[in-house]
Amino acid sequence: MIPRSATFRANSRAALDNPELVRALGTMKTGFRQKRAAAVDALPEFDALRDRAVAMKNHTLDHLDHYLESFADKVEAAGGTVHWATDAEAARQQVLEICRAHGAHTVTKGKSMIAEEVGLNEALEDAGMRPVETDLGEYIIQLRREPPSHIIAPAIHVSKAQVADAFRAAHGDLDPARELDTPRALLDEARAVLRHDFTAADVGITGANLLIAETGATVIVTNEGNGDLTQLLPRVHIVLASLEKVVPTLDDASLILRLLARSATGQTASSYTSFSLGPRRPEDADGPQAFHVILLDNGRSEMLGNGFREMLRCIRCAACMNHCPVYGAVGGHAYGWVYPGPMGSVLTPALIGIDKAAPLPEASTLCGRCEAVCPMRIPLPGLLRQWRARAHDQRLSPPAMRRGLAAWGWLAARPRLYHPLNRLAAVALGRLGRRRGGFARLPLAGGWTKSRDLPAPEGDTFQARYRRGARRP
Amino acid sequence: MTAKPDPQRQNVLAAVRRGLARTGPAAAPVWPVEPPLIPAAARGDGDLIARFTAAAEAAAASVERVAGPDALGPAVAAWLTARNLPGELAVAPDPALDPAAAHGLLTVRRGTAGPGDLIALTRARLGIAETGSLLLTSSPETPTGLNFLPDFHLVALDASAVVATLEDAWARLRQDHAGGWPRTVNLVAGPSRTGDIEQTIQLGAHGPRHLHILLVESR
Ligand code: SF4
Repeated sequence: MIPRSATFRANSRAALDNPELVRALGTMKTGFRQKRAAAVDALPEFDALRDRAVAMKNHTLDHLDHYLESFADKVEAAGGTVHWATDAEAARQQVLEICRAHGAHTVTKGKSMIAEEVGLNEALEDAGMRPVETDLGEYIIQLRREPPSHIIAPAIHVSKAQVADAFRAAHGDLDPARELDTPRALLDEARAVLRHDFTAADVGITGANLLIAETGATVIVTNEGNGDLTQLLPRVHIVLASLEKVVPTLDDASLILRLLARSATGQTASSYTSFSLGPRRPEDADGPQAFHVILLDNGRSEMLGNGFREMLRCIRCAACMNHCPVYGAVGGHAYGWVYPGPMGSVLTPALIGIDKAAPLPEASTLCGRCEAVCPMRIPLPGLLRQWRARAHDQRLSPPAMRRGLAAWGWLAARPRLYHPLNRLAAVALGRLGRRRGGFARLPLAGGWTKSRDLPAPEGDTFQARYRRGARRP
Repeated sequence: MTAKPDPQRQNVLAAVRRGLARTGPAAAPVWPVEPPLIPAAARGDGDLIARFTAAAEAAAASVERVAGPDALGPAVAAWLTARNLPGELAVAPDPALDPAAAHGLLTVRRGTAGPGDLIALTRARLGIAETGSLLLTSSPETPTGLNFLPDFHLVALDASAVVATLEDAWARLRQDHAGGWPRTVNLVAGPSRTGDIEQTIQLGAHGPRHLHILLVESR
């Protein structure tokens, strides 16, 4: 997928003009937030569990090589094969090689953000294979040929009427007069159609929420059960996982599971949490004959050492985007690549380069809600600020902004000039705006006054009032 | 372990070590450094069955207590009849289910489920009271297909096999599987569901539409 993150501003403007999207995002806010809040309130130890999870993940990242090796050795001892991929291209080639070796035609897929990251569907199609997304949301956006707009609810921007349109166009062999007015009818149709694909598939590809170094198991967490059918029925199961998914033990996995479902959907536990280890055993009645794990680096090893290591604690729960005022206004597509919201604005520049994603760290009011809800206590606003500084240093921010900041910086470092000028401005603006209480338009402040008034100062500077001891208004 | 050294593996590990500002492997870390933090509400053995039942029902499963292994067959038959369902089902080859499979009103095929199976009966290893989850392992006696393909997922669980937390379940499995882990471990909390169409929760996405748990007392 070609990133469109550099045009975030234009993307956002288009999003704000899309009424379907605005309505969908409105439902999202209340739904996800209320459910999470209720689940967190019901668990008094939630914050203590967060602290434990942070310590566990920091420890794991400090010894990432060790835990990856333990994991890989256990997978191979159980008869599976581990492939190590330095970048997206290597991962695509490894998947294609396995699929070709098994003469694959239909490839079912469980929901995997890593597959989105490496652009796997396009690669499979180009190689003449038929990838079929089986998560309902992913299936919908695959039919609409769109990227996901949310990391756990990929089709959150799509209305049920649009789903019905997509199904009518794709399922041409069904009765055109059938009713598709309710979520139930749509779901039943998808279930029936995808049942055929589940059984026809030659290869099944899933992601992994966790990799367990203790046992070598890969873990998927789903509510639909699609991931399980994807990994159970075809002859070959491929797991696509990035390096930071590994945890030391099953108990560490339990800790993450307590946080993940609550932060994501407000559930105590997701419907299905499945641990897979190697291919079917000789005496087994079902399960894949071949089992492959692809461990993808694609920028993670660099993040260990470049100031963004904390982002590797992310468990992809989506709480940060569910609580983000910017995501809530513009939705996921505006971010222009695979990962949206606050986590995306930190991760995307790390994975595709800040030069291709410079507006993303600006797409935040730094209100701090994301950090407040993040189960892994990732300091998202701080990391966004770090990206802003780097974009500035690399001269990637707009020239006008850099000039303005430079001028302000020069002035702010000279208090004997700054204070009188500031005072003059405060007093002058205060007098000018006294009658209306604010300004609808002001030179140099067009960006602000275009969509709201600038309140007039009340007559003096903060510093002056502070000195007088007027600490309360 | 791979027989020949894998250059890709070495490349990725070298990159990880560069990121960690190391050149080679470090000494094996000490972990865990403290016992797991278990939420107070999940701790303790008091009234495990009641806690398990409440949590499973909250996850939209139904739970029924069955007096003993001999009562399992009649309970399954009655449940199916009450829902106007046919008495045809796939039953796990687990010997503990032999009496149920022999029930006169049931037409049973032993083995894993196929795409055409509407109803399946299998046996869970453990129940987890904290989340109301069943823990099922793959084995020749309990194939995994039974857990996902049918619309109606009936699961027998020994009442004595309910533990408080996931950590307790892992402790049991570590004991029982010292010689090698099961290929698949499934934690199942309620039936399949999705919220992918306009955030409305619908049960029965790709997996079972109903999960009925039969808690079997030992006599
Ligand atoms: S950054 Fe935190 S809140 Fe956002 S998806 Fe990752 S873990 Fe969840």
